[in-house]
Amino acid sequence: MRLDAKIPAGPLAQKWDRHRFELKLVNPANKRKYDIIVVGTGLAGASASASLAELGYNVKTFCIHDSPRRAHSIAAQGGINAAKNYPNDGDSIWRLFYDTVKGGDFRAREANVYRLAQVSNLIIDQCVAQGVPFAREYGGLLANRSFGGAQLSRTFYARGQTGQQLLLGAYSALMRQVATGKVRMFPRREMLDLVLINGQARGIVARNLVSGEIERHEGHAVVLCTGGYGNVYYLSTNAKACNVTATFRAYKHGACFGNPCFTQIHPTCIPVHGTYQSKLTLMSESLRNDGRVWVPKTPGDKRKPSQIPEAERDYFLERKYPSFGNLVPRDVASRNAKEQCDQDKGVGDTGLAVYLDFADAIQRDSRAVIEKKYGNLFQMYEKITGEDPYETPMMIYPAVHYTMGGLWVDYNLMSTIDGLFVLGEANFSDHGANRLGASALMQGLADGYFVIPYTIGGYLAGSRFTEVSTDHSAFGDSVKQVQERVAKLLAARGRRTVDDFHRELGLVMWDHCGMARTNDGLKTARSRIQALRAEFWENVRVPGAEHDFNQSLEKAGRVADFLEFAELMILDALARQESCGGHFNEAYQTEENEAKRDDAHFCHAAAWEFTGDGKDPVLNKEPLVFENVHLTQRSYK
Amino acid sequence: MSKPIHLTLKIWRQNGPDDRGRFEIYPAKNISTDMSFLEMLDVVNEQLTLEGQEPIAFEHDCREGICGTCGTMVNGRAHGQLKGTTLCQLHMRHFSDGDTLVIEPFRARAYPVIKDLVVDRSALDRMIQTGGYISVNTGSAPEANTLPVPQDRAERAMDAAACIGCGACVASCPNASAMLFVSAKVSQLALLPHGRPEAARRALSMVRAMDACGFGNCSNHRECEKTCPKEISIINIARLNREYFKAVFLSQGNY
Repeated sequence: MRLDAKIPAGPLAQKWDRHRFELKLVNPANKRKYDIIVVGTGLAGASASASLAELGYNVKTFCIHDSPRRAHSIAAQGGINAAKNYPNDGDSIWRLFYDTVKGGDFRAREANVYRLAQVSNLIIDQCVAQGVPFAREYGGLLANRSFGGAQLSRTFYARGQTGQQLLLGAYSALMRQVATGKVRMFPRREMLDLVLINGQARGIVARNLVSGEIERHEGHAVVLCTGGYGNVYYLSTNAKACNVTATFRAYKHGACFGNPCFTQIHPTCIPVHGTYQSKLTLMSESLRNDGRVWVPKTPGDKRKPSQIPEAERDYFLERKYPSFGNLVPRDVASRNAKEQCDQDKGVGDTGLAVYLDFADAIQRDSRAVIEKKYGNLFQMYEKITGEDPYETPMMIYPAVHYTMGGLWVDYNLMSTIDGLFVLGEANFSDHGANRLGASALMQGLADGYFVIPYTIGGYLAGSRFTEVSTDHSAFGDSVKQVQERVAKLLAARGRRTVDDFHRELGLVMWDHCGMARTNDGLKTARSRIQALRAEFWENVRVPGAEHDFNQSLEKAGRVADFLEFAELMILDALARQESCGGHFNEAYQTEENEAKRDDAHFCHAAAWEFTGDGKDPVLNKEPLVFENVHLTQRSYK
Repeated sequence: MSKPIHLTLKIWRQNGPDDRGRFEIYPAKNISTDMSFLEMLDVVNEQLTLEGQEPIAFEHDCREGICGTCGTMVNGRAHGQLKGTTLCQLHMRHFSDGDTLVIEPFRARAYPVIKDLVVDRSALDRMIQTGGYISVNTGSAPEANTLPVPQDRAERAMDAAACIGCGACVASCPNASAMLFVSAKVSQLALLPHGRPEAARRALSMVRAMDACGFGNCSNHRECEKTCPKEISIINIARLNREYFKAVFLSQGNY
């Protein structure tokens, strides 16, 4: 397959303007003739649905929850970046662009990232106008704070609930369009297949999660905003319903999957404490503004933190990276925590944790100031662990948090299937091999508010469509396949639960395709996943009925897809014989144990093409061309 | 490391909206006190699945207290007895060995039961659709710092905006009123200058929608405030009432 990223010509700063001018337009009266299907209602899906409906398109929006407001964007804590330069500390669109490309270890497309930085300021304007209660200074103007991977303050925030407030802003815009009738909302639906007619994405097949009915929905384009696949690891900071099914089904119809092995392990999460554990909880990266990360200098030191004197503590991030200190990017912070624990300096019952200590900040700024900044996070920590972080240091450990990989898209955010657009975390586009903090919210909203409204018009105006209805045989074939799969899951009647399989898959992935990877480990993981997948279809037990509200059946379908998808991640990790960002192959590291890229051979985006069940997928490569930034070894020292 | 506890669960089972429903009793053995309440239910469900029974349907998603999906009555209290806490953030260390827990769905006329502990809270979305927004199309917003907002007003708006839409306020109100939910949204937007142009229309239409959806009215029991996992204050209800009466007088009967 030939990948055409459709990057506009011309100087970087003018590409987006020029492209918007060159895109064909759909005139206002014709917009109502087009139906657009949006799957997912997180930041990307809600903002896209509302913005497209405002333009006059007929939008059908689907979500797996009872309400579109529940999407997992809601859990983002820390903030959203923008190049407003309000603090007058030297920020600019160029600097935000540069930091993001560098933070992603030079594995993202320049043109996309530059556009993201350009529209970042518009997002803040839009959200403020919607009534998002961002933090403000005494003078009434917007406040900023700093985040990992940047040496200035460009992050806007609403306490520790920024994702919630931004999502509720987008959700309220969506609800307004539901009231006008321009958006038809389909909650409690799970997309189980994509329908292609004449090579174009023309609809979806979805399960009604209350009645179990398999429904058909047609449209002129399909926009997937279905989030990331971090739950392939079972334990992650993702919400329980997050899954890969929608994007994986699209992959099976010919949408290439980009960089699936690029996953982000977030350094500041509450450590694992038991086998029954169902998920991990993130402690916002913003805590690293005031918290100091340390471990005891002596391996095996089991004293309480209060009994370890200052001289016997190793503030390893401050020591190794004096200019960024505790604010190094996430991949660097995570790997360093793992390194300390591997040297038996880890703390807590399991030895898999490091301290995040606020004692100095409380002494410097007072408890009240710290409480105002992080009160809800401290409270959450105390609820989960039963320990008071004002009195004793928090314990943190890295956990799977975000997936930079996703469906490959061109500059228009269209996948390798005509009419299938992919937004937000579900696509692979902007974060390269590592995402900087406060950039996920920026990307989800950029895609939904300020990119798709233009690019989808270009596609619709430039394409020919035949009249189709849901009676078309392509819908019939798809429904039949979906029903057969559901029947097969229910018929296995084996001896292991879905969660049991999922947990085992998660452990294999964490051990071999997590923070550090080796070729042997990846190969072992591949054969274990194949064996586990074979066992799953023989031995899984899915109780309940097809035509009913059946949560076990929902989970089973998702885990079945994870069991196939995991192998794709392994293949991608094996194919990329270098280290970059979150992908760390132990064979490729600098003398100081940093990720060592191989730009001569791997300066590309990997785009995996499905070739049939049981066959290896084909690897297509999109070369990444850097005309504006110079590729360097990242340094945060 | 904590000592495991043994509990007896009395759980509401109901096959669908037309089923009468009944309580059934399940043992929950060897429960670690570090578990969350939902993890305790997971353990019971894994056991039921292996025994060939249908697991208990309950809703949940983020399991960190922000998405608003989870929530049941535990011993008569929405989200359980711990103040300012969603069910997913309630940990088993707050229970004792030998306790019996009565677990029921949120009950209100506007919340039909879907299955077991799962109810339909779509009425909350329908109320937002009638005015819980600021009418601003994408692209038309002025520069963000054009309108300064005094810090204390922004903070109070944020206090109200913290609502997670779990609907526990309705379930705990003897009148099944949604006043706390509606007032949180009306307050957030009324406190910000950006929301003032539509403040009157919003208050009138959201209150009208609340009645139409079958929620009751407020008679100052304050159960909502006591139960709210985000500790949203009934000050917001007072503010809603002011906004509402102001709108009624100013609309000169055209509401």
